[in-house]
Amino acid sequence: MPTKPKIALYWCASCGGCEETVVDLAEDILGLVAAVDIVLWPVAMDFKYAEVRAMPDQSIAATLLNGAIRSTEQEAMARLLRRKSQLLIAFGSCAATGGIPGLANQFSREQILKYVYEEAPTVVNEAKTRPQLKWQENGREVSLPQLHNVVRSLDQVVEVDYYIPGCPPTPKVTKAALGALLEGRLPAKGSVLSPDIALCQECKRKDSKPTNLAFTEFKRPHQKLIDPEQCLLAQGIVCLGPATRSGCEAQCPSGNMPCTGCFGGTDRVKDQGAKILSSLCSNVAPKDEEGIDQVLAGIPDPVGTFYRYGLAKSLLRRKVNVGNGQETK
Amino acid sequence: MKYPSNARVIRVMCSGRIDPQFILDALAKGADGVLIGGCHPNDCHYVEGNYKLLRRYRLLQRMLQDLGIEADRVRLEWISAAEGEKLKRVMFDMVAKLKALGPLGLPEKFKDWDQEMEALEHQVAAQAGPEVAHAH
Amino acid sequence: MWAMDRRRSDMNAATQQVWNEGAARANAAYQMGRRRFTIDPITRLEGHGKIDIFLNEQGNVERAYLQVPELRGFEVFSIGRPAEDMPQITSRICGVCPTAHHMAATKALDDLYQVEPTPAGRRIRELVYNTFMLEDHALHVYVLGGPDFIVGPQAPAAQRNIVGVIGKVGVEVGKRVISMRRKLREVIAYFGGKVVHPVLGLPGGVSKGLAAAELPKFQEIAKEGLEFALFTNQVFHDLVLKNPDYVKLITSADYTHKTYYMGMVDEQNRVNFYDGKLRVVDPEGKEYAKFAAQQYRDYVAEHVEPWSYMKFCYLKPLGWQGFEEGPKSSVYAVAPLARLNVAEGMATPQAEQARVEYFQTLGGRPVHHTLANHWARVVEMIQAAETMVALLNDPEITSQDVRTLPTKKPTVGIGAVEAPRGTLFHQYETDENGIIRKANMIVATQNNAARIAMSVDRAAKGLIKEGKVSEGLLNMVEMAFRAYDPCLGCATHSLPGHLPLVANIYGPEHELVQQLVQG
Repeated sequence: MPTKPKIALYWCASCGGCEETVVDLAEDILGLVAAVDIVLWPVAMDFKYAEVRAMPDQSIAATLLNGAIRSTEQEAMARLLRRKSQLLIAFGSCAATGGIPGLANQFSREQILKYVYEEAPTVVNEAKTRPQLKWQENGREVSLPQLHNVVRSLDQVVEVDYYIPGCPPTPKVTKAALGALLEGRLPAKGSVLSPDIALCQECKRKDSKPTNLAFTEFKRPHQKLIDPEQCLLAQGIVCLGPATRSGCEAQCPSGNMPCTGCFGGTDRVKDQGAKILSSLCSNVAPKDEEGIDQVLAGIPDPVGTFYRYGLAKSLLRRKVNVGNGQETK
Repeated sequence: MKYPSNARVIRVMCSGRIDPQFILDALAKGADGVLIGGCHPNDCHYVEGNYKLLRRYRLLQRMLQDLGIEADRVRLEWISAAEGEKLKRVMFDMVAKLKALGPLGLPEKFKDWDQEMEALEHQVAAQAGPEVAHAH
Repeated sequence: MWAMDRRRSDMNAATQQVWNEGAARANAAYQMGRRRFTIDPITRLEGHGKIDIFLNEQGNVERAYLQVPELRGFEVFSIGRPAEDMPQITSRICGVCPTAHHMAATKALDDLYQVEPTPAGRRIRELVYNTFMLEDHALHVYVLGGPDFIVGPQAPAAQRNIVGVIGKVGVEVGKRVISMRRKLREVIAYFGGKVVHPVLGLPGGVSKGLAAAELPKFQEIAKEGLEFALFTNQVFHDLVLKNPDYVKLITSADYTHKTYYMGMVDEQNRVNFYDGKLRVVDPEGKEYAKFAAQQYRDYVAEHVEPWSYMKFCYLKPLGWQGFEEGPKSSVYAVAPLARLNVAEGMATPQAEQARVEYFQTLGGRPVHHTLANHWARVVEMIQAAETMVALLNDPEITSQDVRTLPTKKPTVGIGAVEAPRGTLFHQYETDENGIIRKANMIVATQNNAARIAMSVDRAAKGLIKEGKVSEGLLNMVEMAFRAYDPCLGCATHSLPGHLPLVANIYGPEHELVQQLVQG
């Protein structure tokens, strides 16, 4: 009798949303649990780091790892699970491209630590105490992992076999990916397990997307009442649909808000943020600098808007003059 | 025509073909600066191409500054095919500005940033486990 | 699950032998000084954490530290972001309670732009929010903390989880829990586009209205939700309250702390999850303060310790007095136990009935028994469900006028809600263009952080004596934090996940003597 494949689910600098998505498989989860031997899933099951270490290398058929790599502990777990798994799958935007925690790459670690432990308005800390990597009190010593200077996607740390995109991946996309895995139908290594076509294709509003967009202004979502039927771009609202992979069935537009790009780019895109910048800007109406700048003022935060989930994996990865330890402004 | 030897020229049919990814990629691969020469407004053989570039360039510049890249490193000039002298002048000017700014050196920076991972990689390979991380 | 069973039975035999050997070595070790247990990681909660327990020469606990090992820095990388993006950005602090952050952020935007939501906009927010409270509390009751009671703290580790719960309450009930949560989450997804990290929040209202055609379906779900909440109350009575051992556990000194309490209340001092003033009562139950969210900095301060990335909140006017309880100490608690302590009543009738019974059984307000959080949580589920029903019967709910556009210039905005796990504050300062200059978030579990640390310390001290470690111990120590339904990811605006609990017991030469697994 063939043994069931061993599956592991683990999380690094994550919010737990990807775990929730697996739980949101709801009734389908019972089928999954019956088909596999889950050997690691901190949210629902007991495991020890030591047990994982004790497993033979490559004895886990597949590990779904979510969360960005932001600390020494997370890096160590990523490396450990890579050794123990035949397939390592980056599950969710944080593992795939760094996710929202990747926005911290615009700031130095010191800036973050200083604000959190000294400068925040509610902090009272005259002694300027900081969490210590090692700390002793009356002969007792405790330790903490260190935060890295740079936030990374999983494949910037170890080799990744597949990607399941999304923040979080939808239950549907997750189920399809797990099905492909269990039935041996996985595509070529390195593939993203979601359709390789832009989101506009799946969006219910696509019929009202004009062939020729000509932006005379961009409205931020709180600045106008949004029509629930019409293409968001046609309403002058920045929507990342054209540069974002489909698979989510355009959930955010059905909540009457624009796509923010969490499924990442399609296969032909190297830097999703640059792509959407290119697409939106090409369609700005004015031809003179002043007119153009006026329209573009409607996008006050290009980094946060275009790289919300992908700064860590972008071509520049980080604000380049942020050093390791000092902020060089 | 002489232009600075440290300039790598890449030809495209129209400045409208320039994808911002090209610019970012060039910087990431070690370019200290990127100079874009496009046809003058109203002179685009493909009608709108140079305007598209201009629009992209305006936002890209803002975004690059938010990412710590100085404005002088990415520059757009309208230069027609007949303006060889202007091209030369602009290129030398840009080289001078870049020299003043110093190298951008992104490949070296990436390597430098990734140093924080090397030590751990060896330790984990030898032993493995989060306890090692705690010992850092 | 089968793998775990195998390991458990294997380990028992081996454990016994190792324990005997270890005990002999341990005696020798006591002479040599300190011993230490590291529980890493902890489980069935939201977040990463480890517990370090230090013993003295007698083998009694000197000190236990609950350490949170991570930080992501949301407050800092929010700088430069458009304020209207904050509901979606901050929801990534936590994927289990994204709606809490989303709503606190949205209310902060209202304050920032000095704009009120339309009546329909407000009702939709309240509907989504109460739906979220109901399904998230249900998650804790059945999957996270509840198993400690439904299955029992002495039950084998392999059963102390949702599967064990289903074993105890039956497959039909298990399916009901899964199906109920699914339907409730579909309600949230209707308005928010998706349930994990919804998109509905905007200053002045919400992004989407309720189509009249959908109303009957939602009313049906709300009705089912109320039946489910009442059913959960019954399950709790049958499996927990009717068991004298559990009641003894709940009221035991090892799990009791007399601290201050904070929670949100409406005009009549009744529990409200979405809006109201913050009320603080002292350990005797007397009102100590009542303030609007905008004044939170007068009352809430954060303390830093070198052994955790998580900060500890305390009552600012009293100053940090250490990890102590009592009226002189500034430690306070939030979440269901606290909310019921600060309020004069629940806002809905059946929940109020349940609340009255709760206090009658536990000896009146305030209740200091940490484990009573589990029961208070169930009472809150009833209010959340009744509120859903009421809102869906309000004719305003299907109005399509769901948003007022802001017109004023933004400066500072502060918003607060009661997350399932406690009071949550978001504060933003922006420039004229509404771009964030500064952000501050006090997250629910931070308010509880000091008391959680004390609970873990007390439980460890009460339960580990003379170096004797056992399965039960590990779970009992865990139960000390689990009752708070902590969200350590929230607390460090970094979110590590749940962690199983492992105790590594080391001998004097740091050799691994015994490994006890628990979850």
